Amino acid sequence: MVQLLFFYFALVVIGLGLRIVTAKNPVHCVLLMLVLFFHMAGLYLLLNAEFLAAVQIIVYAGAILVLYLFVLFLVDLREEVKMSPFIKKGKWLGIVGAIALFLTFLRGVMNFSLGPHGQYTIEKIQQMTHTKAMGEAIYTTYILPFEVAGIILLVAVIGGLAMAKREK
Amino acid sequence: MVHLSWYLTVSALLFCIGVFGFLTRRNIIMMLLSIELMLNSVNLNLAAMSHYMEDLRGQVLVFFIIAVAAAEAAIGLGIVVTLFRNHRSVYTEDITTLKG
Repeated sequence: MVQLLFFYFALVVIGLGLRIVTAKNPVHCVLLMLVLFFHMAGLYLLLNAEFLAAVQIIVYAGAILVLYLFVLFLVDLREEVKMSPFIKKGKWLGIVGAIALFLTFLRGVMNFSLGPHGQYTIEKIQQMTHTKAMGEAIYTTYILPFEVAGIILLVAVIGGLAMAKREK
Repeated sequence: MVHLSWYLTVSALLFCIGVFGFLTRRNIIMMLLSIELMLNSVNLNLAAMSHYMEDLRGQVLVFFIIAVAAAEAAIGLGIVVTLFRNHRSVYTEDITTLKG
C-alpha cells in the first residue's frame, strides 16, 4: 500500500515537473505547480513528516504560488503563448546537461550508505507527535538559525519595499 | 517498504528537470519557478534522509529552506516586476544592458 502510494506520488511529481518546464502558458505552469506541491506534501506524509506537509501546503501553495500568479498578471503575456518557451539553440544543450547531471547523481545514489542513526526513531516521533518534536528541535538546538531565518524574512520585506518604490 | 534510494532517485530526477527548466526557459518568471522545483527536490531529499537516519536535523533544515525560498521568491519576483517596468520585457534575450 505504501509502495503504491509512493509510486503514485513520485510518478505524478515527475510527470508534472516535466510538463511544467515544457508548457507554453506560464499560468498553466503555475497551476500545475500547485498540484505538484500537493503531491509533494503527500510524499512528506509518507515520510512521517506531517508538519512539513502542512508547511509545504500553507507556505508554498498558499503564499509563494499566489505571489507568482500576481506577478504573472502584472506582466504582459499576450505574445508569450505564441512564441517558443525555450531560448534559441538552448533546448538540446539543456537536455544533455540535465541528463549528464542526473547520471552523475545516480552514481552517487547507487554508492550511498547511511551514517549512524540518531535518537528520533519513528516510534518516538509518533509518540510525542511530529510538530512537537520539530518544535523542540527548532527552539532548543536550532534557535540561532531560527532567529537568522527571521532576519532573512525581514530583509526580504525591506528589499521588496525598496524595489517597489518608484524613483523620482 | 520503500527504499531510501527510491526517494533519492525521484529527488535527483526532479532536480535535473529543474536544472533543464532553468537553463532553457526564456521567461525569467519560469526560471524562478524552476528554482522552486529544484528547492523542492532538495527538500524531499533532506526529509527522506532525515526519516531513514531517524534524526530530525534534515527536517529542520527543510523548514529553514522553505523560509529562505519564500524570501527568495519575494525578492526575485520584485526584481522581475522592476525589470518589466524598465525594459517592458521579461525575456532573457531582451535584457542585454550588460552586453558591451
